[in-house]
Amino acid sequence: MTDLLFAVMVGGYAAGAAAAGVWGQERGGHTASAAGAIVGAIAGLLLGLSGSAGGAAHHWAALDVAAVAGGVVLRLDVLAAFFLVLIGVVAAPAVLYGAGYVAGYAGRYSLRGLGVALNLFLLATSLVPLAGNVMTFLLAWEGMSLASYFLVLTDHEDPETVRAGTWYLGMTQVGLAFLLGAFLFLGAAAPSLDFADLSAAAAELDPAARGLVFVLAVLGFGSKAGLVPLHVWLPRAHPAAPSHVSALMSGVMITLGIYGLLRVGFDVLGGGPAWWGALLIGLGAASALVGVLYALMEDDIKRLLAYSTVENAGLITLGVGAGFLFQALDLPRAAALAVAAALYHALNHAAFKGLLFLGAGSILHATGTRNMNRYGGLIRRMPWTAPCMLLGTVAIAGLPPLNGFMSEWLLFQALLPGVAVASPVVAVLMVLALGVLALTAGLAAAAFAKAFGISFLALPRSDAAAAAHEASVTMRAGMVALAAACVLLAAGALPALAAAGAVASTLVGLAPHPPTFALWLSFQTPAGLARMSPPAVIAGLAVGLGLVWLLVRAVSSRRPVRLAATWGCGRVGQSPRMEYTATAFAEPLRRVFSAIYRPTEDVTVDHHPESRYFVQAIAYRARLLPWFEHYLYEPVLGRVRRWGRRTLLLQSGSIHAYLAYVVGALVLLLGALLVSGAP
Amino acid sequence: MTAASGHVLAAAQALLCLAVAPGLIGLIRWLKARMQNRRGSPVWQPYLDLRKLLAKETVVSVNASWLFRLAPYVVFTSTAAVTFLLPVLAVPLPLDPVGDLLVVVYLLLLGTFFLALAGLDPGSAFGGMGASREMTVAALAEPSIAVAMFALALGAGSTNLGEIVARAMARPADAVSPGYLLAFTALFIVTLAETGRLPVDNPATHLELTMIHEAMVLEYSGRYLALIEWAAALKLLVFFTLLANLFVPWGVATTLGPGALLLAAVTYVAKLAVLAAAVAVFETRVAKLRLFRVPELLSVSFVLALLAITASFLSR
Amino acid sequence: MLLFQKMLRVGVVTLPMAAPSPEEAEMLHVAREVQAEARRLFRRTLAIREVDAGSCNGCEIEITGLSGPVYDSEQFGIRFVASPRHADLLLVTGPVTRNMEVPLRRTYEATPAPKLVVAVGDCARTCGVFAGSYAVVGSVDRVVPVDVFVDGCPPEPVQILRGILTAMRGAPRS
Repeated sequence: MTDLLFAVMVGGYAAGAAAAGVWGQERGGHTASAAGAIVGAIAGLLLGLSGSAGGAAHHWAALDVAAVAGGVVLRLDVLAAFFLVLIGVVAAPAVLYGAGYVAGYAGRYSLRGLGVALNLFLLATSLVPLAGNVMTFLLAWEGMSLASYFLVLTDHEDPETVRAGTWYLGMTQVGLAFLLGAFLFLGAAAPSLDFADLSAAAAELDPAARGLVFVLAVLGFGSKAGLVPLHVWLPRAHPAAPSHVSALMSGVMITLGIYGLLRVGFDVLGGGPAWWGALLIGLGAASALVGVLYALMEDDIKRLLAYSTVENAGLITLGVGAGFLFQALDLPRAAALAVAAALYHALNHAAFKGLLFLGAGSILHATGTRNMNRYGGLIRRMPWTAPCMLLGTVAIAGLPPLNGFMSEWLLFQALLPGVAVASPVVAVLMVLALGVLALTAGLAAAAFAKAFGISFLALPRSDAAAAAHEASVTMRAGMVALAAACVLLAAGALPALAAAGAVASTLVGLAPHPPTFALWLSFQTPAGLARMSPPAVIAGLAVGLGLVWLLVRAVSSRRPVRLAATWGCGRVGQSPRMEYTATAFAEPLRRVFSAIYRPTEDVTVDHHPESRYFVQAIAYRARLLPWFEHYLYEPVLGRVRRWGRRTLLLQSGSIHAYLAYVVGALVLLLGALLVSGAP
Repeated sequence: MTAASGHVLAAAQALLCLAVAPGLIGLIRWLKARMQNRRGSPVWQPYLDLRKLLAKETVVSVNASWLFRLAPYVVFTSTAAVTFLLPVLAVPLPLDPVGDLLVVVYLLLLGTFFLALAGLDPGSAFGGMGASREMTVAALAEPSIAVAMFALALGAGSTNLGEIVARAMARPADAVSPGYLLAFTALFIVTLAETGRLPVDNPATHLELTMIHEAMVLEYSGRYLALIEWAAALKLLVFFTLLANLFVPWGVATTLGPGALLLAAVTYVAKLAVLAAAVAVFETRVAKLRLFRVPELLSVSFVLALLAITASFLSR
Repeated sequence: MLLFQKMLRVGVVTLPMAAPSPEEAEMLHVAREVQAEARRLFRRTLAIREVDAGSCNGCEIEITGLSGPVYDSEQFGIRFVASPRHADLLLVTGPVTRNMEVPLRRTYEATPAPKLVVAVGDCARTCGVFAGSYAVVGSVDRVVPVDVFVDGCPPEPVQILRGILTAMRGAPRS
């Protein structure tokens, strides 16, 4: 069964890529390519589900062929299975959505390239968690990065997109360099580069080397997960990519960075000292706060979502970090809880962020702009997209009764045992982490009230928004599927959490059973007992809503609801220019956090030529200080460029000089051999 | 207690809360009127207001969508749902396993969120202003609530309300410990901010530019307004109940005997009255803060909550 | 603390309902009637939205007196609200100026039924000294249906109360 599902998954993606490659420019080929990808995604999902039942890791021996660097080794264990499920949950709806979405690209860009790259991206992404050795892992990882780079470049006529692609490629290759370093240190002492052998060898390494490997892995995987300060590519690349690709990159690809952290940190290195956890908690908290603060200020809907991805990656990392910390403090149950919370949040984030990117794509498709200040009133014009987006918004804002709340609740509970730890340093760290978590949750609610409220409600702020239309059937189906996934993940929090718990228990070295997740989703934490029941909360709210509606209907007046103009203190006409804009909505928080944002505002008032008392137009521009670009990337890139120019001196263009280099190099080499005394 | 009687108790507690909430607003108004040397409206005035609003016509803006009509129900339901989880009269709570403090806080945030969206929906500038300010205050209040509550949870070893009350009842002297007092102060400040009381928001203002909560509901009328006003009263009651019974659980029944329950009801109402008096005196004494001074107040609350958790940590 | 000392010393200054002095008798009579009518028609609660359609603010001073400590309209359940959506009665003052014509009509349309309009002051009926001005449209009833006019320049709070009462009497039952 496992073999069959695996074959169908790979076959589906391969067939999809082939169909796109051969008949990509025709409608049929385009549909066939999407169909192949959907088959592949569903097979991957089922493969993950079959693998998460536990048991020994499944190993495809038939594939251990090419002997290069250990060959291709694929292995399905519970951790890999969990991430396969996560990939499948987003991939199938996103591809379905994409089938309709790319129609907008027809004639302008190559659908052939897009279809091939998308299928290869999904294939490589699915192989990343399955990889059993370094060679396979790096192949899949690079395949994923390169395919997604080409996907980002779909709209390549826009110079902005090309710049975004370059940032992305640069960051991902820097990340790869760190990963190579980590694997080199690990592999130096190991008999082979298989993860199992690496794990055995890692136990023998001295603590400093293990620490170095961990830091390199954090840098490498953190660049993929979008942790600060390596997050700069997200708000550039995600908006540039086609929306279903953004959904996949944001919902799926960044969580593979988390997968890498778990695989290397727990599975290979087997956990480490407390500072590992503290490092991740610090990075996670910083990413969560920076992400949400910048999301709040964004007027570009896809950039807002991209920053919110940084925030959520931070929250997940916070959970993982707590897992490392608790394991180091010898609290394996608390560690399992923290990692389970992080995994569950990763799954939830995949569902709702995928949904939100698809919804943003529908709006972009309908209005042709990503600027929320040009949206408005879409709730009437997009009767399918609006409820789906509202659901996604409530979920991502961490509000009950949806899945975002369930996992944020768990994250809170996961941090709570840390406050009770005897060490004051840990307790203070945890309290601050809790404060950051709560602040992040509050700010995320504000950010998404803005995102939904400004985009969908009130009057349309532009002609494009007024002429907006609902998305096509396949696009709607994709959104509805992910919305359903959000509801199911909330209602089915217990099984989902049991699966995440099983993975987490295995990782932290407990017996692979979920950490007492009973009927009420109650579990024993070292500090005591906290209980919450997702099904009861959902049912209670649903029943309550119905009851209140019936009661109000019964006791209130029978008069029909009358429609009247919006009350505006008697002003004569209402125009969209009176509405709050996205910028205005976030203004109070911009002032509150001005120490962080360092906003520069300029206001230009255009007076009437006859009199200064009549204002014709007011232009308001606010810019935030891009800290990371300004203080980190620009100096570093500037230095790199200067060094590059200096090395240019070597390349004089004179053949004599080059011959001289060759001779010089030869002499040096011979000299070195003479000195070292080699034969 | 048996499961059945427990659930009856939970339902009775929730009904009690629903019934008492408007009266709480009436009491605060009456007390404030007395302090302004006025006779004031009777304590039961808000009930009459609600009845009238239910009977009146409902006017909805032509620009408003279905969300505007859905929001009052969501706001009311989410706030009313909280009352099932509160330790009002007796512990252990039968619905304790359903939700804890975090569920309470986030259900209230759900109501705020929908109200903010409803404020934006008709497209009026005031609605947007109110929504933006309300979300700002809510976001900044969130960390103080969380940390203050974890200071309590740390002592009780649980975030479930019933457990916290049970623990506090087992050690009544804790009510005057520094950790509790600091957390109480932090939560009191948050209560004022979250429920739109002075000095954060003036519930009696008629000036749109200074409004927070009121600006979002300017557009509501009839039964929708009734639901929102009732929910607002209920939210105040929820915070008062948390302040009263988590920090000073004296009087909360541990058995279901009629005597114990009666005593619990009497002490509960008395505690609410004391808190209402405190708010009324406070509101008479202070002026409204400028909007951009509110974050300072909330950061004071956050620091108090941090100190509270430190104190509970040290005194464990 | 001085504030609270003063509060205690002054006590409730609202005109007493029980033992009236002769000059307060009329006020009391009207007040009792208002209370009874308010009970019957608006279930003992009345929300008022005040609209200044161009008045000299003399009437406003008297209306403010209505909600002050001496008359304390709140004891009858009469409350001033911020939005016509929340209101049962519009209290309109002044001659209607050109700029306030549309806003006044808008306010009337924004008020949910059952609703009443009480026009306060001589200007509201006759435009007073502003009559014939280029800036004035006319009396209040040229713009919105008025249930009761309250005469006076300005009328006393008691008279305004009586006007409110008359309007409530004449109103169709809700």
